[in-house]
Amino acid sequence: MALLLAACIGILAGSGVWLLLRPRTYQVVIGLSLCALAVNLFIFSMGRLRSGAPPVLGSTTGTLADYADPVPQALVLTAIVIGFATTALLLVVLLAARGLTGTDHVDGQER
Amino acid sequence: MAGWAHHLIIAPVVLPLVAGALLAVYDERRQFLKGLINLFSTLANLAIAILLLQAADTDTPGVYLLGNWPAPFGIVLVLDRLSAMMILLTAVLATASLIFSMARWHTVGHHFHTLFQFLVMGVNGAFLTGDLFNLFVFFEVMLASSYGLLLHGSGPRRVQASLHYVVVNLTAAFFFLVGVALIYGVTGTLNMADLATRIPALTGENRILLEVGAAILAMAFLVKAAMWPLGFWLLSAYPAAAPPVAAIFAILSKVGLYVLLRGRPLLFGSEAGEAAGYGTTLLFAGGLATIAFGVVGVLASQAMTRIASFSLMISSGTVLAAIGLSDPQVTGGALFYLASSTLTISAFFLLIELIERGQNPGADLIAVTAEAMGAEPGEEDAASAGGMGSPGTMVLLGACFIACALLLIGLPPMSGFVAKLALLAALFAPAGEGATAGLSAANWAFIVLLLLSGVATLMTLSRVGIRAFWAPVDAVAPRVLAVEVAPVAALLLLTLVLAVKGGPVMRYMEETARSVLTPSSYIEDVLSAPRVPPAKAGLQ
Repeated sequence: MALLLAACIGILAGSGVWLLLRPRTYQVVIGLSLCALAVNLFIFSMGRLRSGAPPVLGSTTGTLADYADPVPQALVLTAIVIGFATTALLLVVLLAARGLTGTDHVDGQER
Repeated sequence: MAGWAHHLIIAPVVLPLVAGALLAVYDERRQFLKGLINLFSTLANLAIAILLLQAADTDTPGVYLLGNWPAPFGIVLVLDRLSAMMILLTAVLATASLIFSMARWHTVGHHFHTLFQFLVMGVNGAFLTGDLFNLFVFFEVMLASSYGLLLHGSGPRRVQASLHYVVVNLTAAFFFLVGVALIYGVTGTLNMADLATRIPALTGENRILLEVGAAILAMAFLVKAAMWPLGFWLLSAYPAAAPPVAAIFAILSKVGLYVLLRGRPLLFGSEAGEAAGYGTTLLFAGGLATIAFGVVGVLASQAMTRIASFSLMISSGTVLAAIGLSDPQVTGGALFYLASSTLTISAFFLLIELIERGQNPGADLIAVTAEAMGAEPGEEDAASAGGMGSPGTMVLLGACFIACALLLIGLPPMSGFVAKLALLAALFAPAGEGATAGLSAANWAFIVLLLLSGVATLMTLSRVGIRAFWAPVDAVAPRVLAVEVAPVAALLLLTLVLAVKGGPVMRYMEETARSVLTPSSYIEDVLSAPRVPPAKAGLQ
């Protein structure tokens, strides 16, 4: 499971960075979204990988070792919300830039 | 601090939040009312900041437990000398830039007042919080509002600059998140004081992972502080921003510096075991490189807004290099320099717009802006026709320009001189080592670059000043309103006050530097902060 997750994060971050460096604004937005996914998975993995362990204390008795760490899950939730909002804002800026400059090149002009 | 005064700590966050939310309710036709609410909130914030500064001038920081949870579990707000000083600086800049914008700029786009309040909230929150993830949230509040404010006034140049600004800052936010996640994964806590107590116990690969996490985290702040080579975004963003926006943006790069100033001694101070002193060399070298880049940039620039942006980079670089030296005397001087240079650059951004109003480049920018907002071309002229356009205006603007130049160069009688003198004096007499040991190469490099930056600024500003004030034969004096000159003059007078009151201010800065570099009382007070006892239910 660890290898699969690591590969996932690697592929997402790699593709994200490649797209981020492309000259078209839409590619940059998709690249940022892929990077955000990779970062979110990474934060999640920092709470250690467990399957079938609840993050919220139930009524059953037991030690904390039976539970998953809830903090990274809360952090991921916050990061997703903020990332979503800023991506939406970036899309608006992208459309405005396309409308004002007449090109979708990130520098506003074709070389 | 006891009683109601204790709750003042959270006021710099709650007040702008409430005011911003209230402002979002009114639509754009109620500009006057919106301006009034914003002005009221900003002035109240300034008053609170002054009260907080007085309250914070002790050795025990004020700790505010959010939700009454004890320290490592809940989020804490911490008010010490450093955060109180930064909050006051924010409040002063906010007041000046708001009053300036009231003349005209607040009407060239939508939701200026709302975004302005949220920006102040984010900056204040970032200065107050004692929790790494909460810092991320406030950082994002600040950045999200700054995206909106940078776009204020629209036009191709601003939209283009915003696109780059947003992408760079989103990428920096990913670094922030990865760094925070790594630190949490290794230590299991996000509270900064708790982190400081856990780091000395880390050894082997855990320590290496922590250092990697801290380095990645620091990337986010170094991008914000515009360290070379991470700061190129600043040169396209700040000159494109509307002048009052650029003036308040002068504090944003200080947020990055503040976190480095606070975090490096706290996490990697002398008590951090194997990790002690991590990152100092890089911060010092990066700071020097930033000053060098700023010097070259200042010499090569033609436009005044670019000169101001490069000056901002020089001031960032100076403070970064001082953080890297982590000497109490140098840090004290650097804090004085930080306060003085922030006020100066903010005033300079406002002043540039007034000077360039009579010249062409600024004029077409405003015409483009008006066009983008769908306003009639003639409307802008009618709006500003009420200002005075006498030769006296030129004299006043010229005097302000000379004051700005003296401050940026570091000549007496303004506070820029006191700041540079304090820095140089501290660099020439390193504390701790024997006086016979002589100066290290690092100190020499810093001294030389600091003096060079003054010379370069002197050359550039004389050239620009002559071109703007003396060379034009048939110059038309720009029409300038009194509310536009007043904030600039007030900021410059404040720097004069800083210089005249140099003794008490310098004492405050040195105390601040000492408590930042030896954070043991910060850690103790945060972790032992008492909870408020539960209220008695019912009548007794």
